[in-house]
Amino acid sequence: SSNEHKSNFKKSKEACLSYIQDALLQKQWKRAAEFLSCYVESLEKDYSREHIGPSEMIWRIGTEILWHHSQSNMKEFNCFMEQMKTLGVKRYLKVCLEHVFHLLCNGQIDEAYQNLSLAESWRFGEQTAIQDKEMKLIQAYRGLLDYYSWSKQKSILLEHGEDGFSDLAVEREMHGYFRKAAVALKEIIKIPGVWDIFVKCYVDLLEFYGDHNEARQVLNEYAYNSKFPANPNAHVYLYQFLKRQGESKKSLVSALKILHDIVPSHELMIDFNTMLQKSKKRKKRRLGLEVIFAALDYAGWKENAKAWGCLARQVKQIVISEKHLDWIKQEWSSRKDWWPAFHFSRYLAKRNWQENKSLSYEKALVAGILLGKGCKYFKYVSHQGCKAQLKRFRMLKKFMNRHNLVYLRISG
Amino acid sequence: RDFNERCAQCSEVNWGITDGGRFYCRSCHNVTERTREVVNADFMTNSRIQTISKGLRKQEKNDGGSEWYVCEGFQLVLKKQVEALEALGVCPQMKDEILCNFWRCYLQKSKQAYCKRPAGEAVKALSACESSTDVDSDPERPSLLHLLSLSESEGDLQTDCSFVSSVSKVSESTSVYSGSVDGSLYLMKNQKEKLRMTMPMTLSFCYMALLWVREPITLSELLRFVVEGHIPYLNVFQHFPEKMKLCGLDLKIFCVESWPAYEEVFNKMHELAAFLDLPRFPDITESCFLHPDMLCMKYLMEANLPDELHNWTCRVVKKIGIGEVDFLTLMPGNKSTRKVKYDVLAAAVIVVVLKLLFLLDDHYEWLLSELAEERNKNNTEGCPYFEFKKWYEVVKHSLDVKQKKLDEERAKYLWRCEKPLFYSVKNKPKVLKRRQMVVNLQNQFGKLSGSVQRAEKPNPSSFQLSWSEENTDGSCFHGHSLKGVLQEKCGLLTAMNPDYWLCTVKLCNEKLCGHLGHYREVEFPQSYHFVLGLFSFLLRVQPSYIHDEVCMIEHKLFNKKLCKKLKYNAVLRK
Repeated sequence: SSNEHKSNFKKSKEACLSYIQDALLQKQWKRAAEFLSCYVESLEKDYSREHIGPSEMIWRIGTEILWHHSQSNMKEFNCFMEQMKTLGVKRYLKVCLEHVFHLLCNGQIDEAYQNLSLAESWRFGEQTAIQDKEMKLIQAYRGLLDYYSWSKQKSILLEHGEDGFSDLAVEREMHGYFRKAAVALKEIIKIPGVWDIFVKCYVDLLEFYGDHNEARQVLNEYAYNSKFPANPNAHVYLYQFLKRQGESKKSLVSALKILHDIVPSHELMIDFNTMLQKSKKRKKRRLGLEVIFAALDYAGWKENAKAWGCLARQVKQIVISEKHLDWIKQEWSSRKDWWPAFHFSRYLAKRNWQENKSLSYEKALVAGILLGKGCKYFKYVSHQGCKAQLKRFRMLKKFMNRHNLVYLRISG
Repeated sequence: RDFNERCAQCSEVNWGITDGGRFYCRSCHNVTERTREVVNADFMTNSRIQTISKGLRKQEKNDGGSEWYVCEGFQLVLKKQVEALEALGVCPQMKDEILCNFWRCYLQKSKQAYCKRPAGEAVKALSACESSTDVDSDPERPSLLHLLSLSESEGDLQTDCSFVSSVSKVSESTSVYSGSVDGSLYLMKNQKEKLRMTMPMTLSFCYMALLWVREPITLSELLRFVVEGHIPYLNVFQHFPEKMKLCGLDLKIFCVESWPAYEEVFNKMHELAAFLDLPRFPDITESCFLHPDMLCMKYLMEANLPDELHNWTCRVVKKIGIGEVDFLTLMPGNKSTRKVKYDVLAAAVIVVVLKLLFLLDDHYEWLLSELAEERNKNNTEGCPYFEFKKWYEVVKHSLDVKQKKLDEERAKYLWRCEKPLFYSVKNKPKVLKRRQMVVNLQNQFGKLSGSVQRAEKPNPSSFQLSWSEENTDGSCFHGHSLKGVLQEKCGLLTAMNPDYWLCTVKLCNEKLCGHLGHYREVEFPQSYHFVLGLFSFLLRVQPSYIHDEVCMIEHKLFNKKLCKKLKYNAVLRK
């Protein structure tokens, strides 16, 4: 709206908000509080045409200030939140939920649980239906806290179990929490979304009580249902579950394959490559090579000796067998322009040698194969290694002497 | 009571008075054409004008209030304002003689009182409809939403709508739309007809009275005092007596959400003066505070400029004739004379003088300053030569500090008063609840504000910037000499600067676009912008406002040259 037609009241409150914003960004909580106390009278004026009204502003800003201000305490915070809950019925459940988060951050699990239960029982005409999503979330978090209680009971039970005592009361309580948690968690994960923690906890419950089928179904849904947002963790959970269940390599591989497609730099790629290298199927071994090369494209893996070890092992094996050199050629063709500077510079050679001999060994092996024994990296490390009279480096030198023309065939 | 004629219909002598002030026969309800003369008891000391005879006026309504008319409310406002002015030192005649006469005259001219047929009678017609029809069913009667949109204050749609929907059919004779009797009528009035009273107009009344008495308060000062809280304006209705209940449409009339703008108050004042058929105002002579020579002196001091500049302002004033009595004195209704904004005019004169001496083209003034600086090194005379650069640095610094403080104060301003406002009785509990929450939150966050105390209202002062010659840091330029920028020619001191640039070559038509010139910061030198900004701050008006006056003065000053140029151009074209 045009600035000229705005009343001075409105302009003054807008200016006030901008001072609050500056103060918040600079963490000047006292100053922010001062201006907020001047802003609150906006509540008496209705801004239903605005996108965000004063009541929402005050809730959000007030929460920030009270959370960080040195003189504020949980009592004041809670009192404020209760007021905010009465301010806007359309926002009631949202405010409750955020309040619960703050309580959890402050370690007040019991208070959080009380608030969640209270919110769960809230009914307000047609608002109840409108705020259905928030209600499901509230129930889910309540279920999560039930899981937490179940977990505590479980540890107590296991302790007693070791001592030889069986505690029926604890068991009963535990089952009670299980039921409550399971119902709530099951509900929320039906809705497409990112529910990592709910899924994990639910699966944990199911596994404990032996319902592996349900667990598998849940995880499959979570990972493969296209309505759900793409989530690497879903595949990780599924893989971990399948592993626990002792499933076949085939199913493990298919679970990890998707993870490789989504997140080539995932830490599980080492496991994946290891699995694939051992496979009897050519296709799998080929995939393994692709996987490990892809992972090492990422800066976070540059100094991962294990990953380099995987790659080194595989390319060495290929070179020795003299079969499938074209695999390496294929992988190398898109990397030969930038990997040398990225991984095999003289500077890195020096640094790797200083910091991690194993790393430098593995890398040198790979460098020698891909770039030849005359390349900077190999020359430096090999020289240092032989100077230090380390056996494996001498072996490495011999190996490269034998296969010193491989790199020509690879870069072809 | 005094009416003893027999009723034409039933021959009884049993008269009552309608709300419209007409006599009617109690026996047969025959309404006559006779109206009761208006009687006014104590005007100002009694806060209620008995403008319309209230033989049947209900003293008690169910909420403990009684009937009141909008103009009574305004009368109260004016009373409070003039009392505040008195406290500021204005002469007491203003209240008892001047303002109350103006007000009385206004009421008479606008037919709200002191006349045979008060405008209030239409109110009954409005209220009678409510009991039988729906709110929106009468096509001729303006809808409530329409009425709400007519007023100046910012409408918030939801409150308006909820108000409309909560209005119920009532059979009372007073309107439920407002606490006052004629609130809805007030908003409905055709503005062209009778110069409807508004909150900004109360200040127009005050200013008009101040002008009549020639008090040394300019309009910009008056408005600044309003903003600073020395003159009641913002929540003045909280001083209405208990029985004057304010609700519904009254809020649109009496609750303001903006500070009054100079232009609005100024223009309304002139309209008012014409409307009241006032004669020529008392002369503004050279010894008056409002005379440009006097005001220039004040503003020169406040702007920390050398006293010597006053000679120059007087010369300009004399040359273009704006110091003449006939130019300065207000003749209401005379459309040919330009309405004089004394404060803006004086400021503009100073700006023109600065342009004359320093050019202010972002080059020349700095060169002159360097020159003065050089000469100051060898200056053995008592007072130093004025250096524009030093002045700029000192004043800019102070101005920035003050402006920053002002901006923060504006952002922290509290608009609501303790008296809660509600549109309708149904609204009341919600409003009170909200108010309680606001108070709670203010307390909670106020405590967290640290040791910052809410600043006490500063004492009203005529000067916003002050400079003391006793300061040894050389930050006061009053006594500085202009010799640095002047030269002697034929025994006269003239400006070294030979050039001048006009703010605008051609003046715009004020009636068409409202301005003489168009000011855009990027199109003018920074120094000019700074100088405008300085006076804009002092007078609390937009820089463009002062710029317009500068344009006007320049065109008067260089009139001959401009005419010659235009003639020359015309000749060429032929």
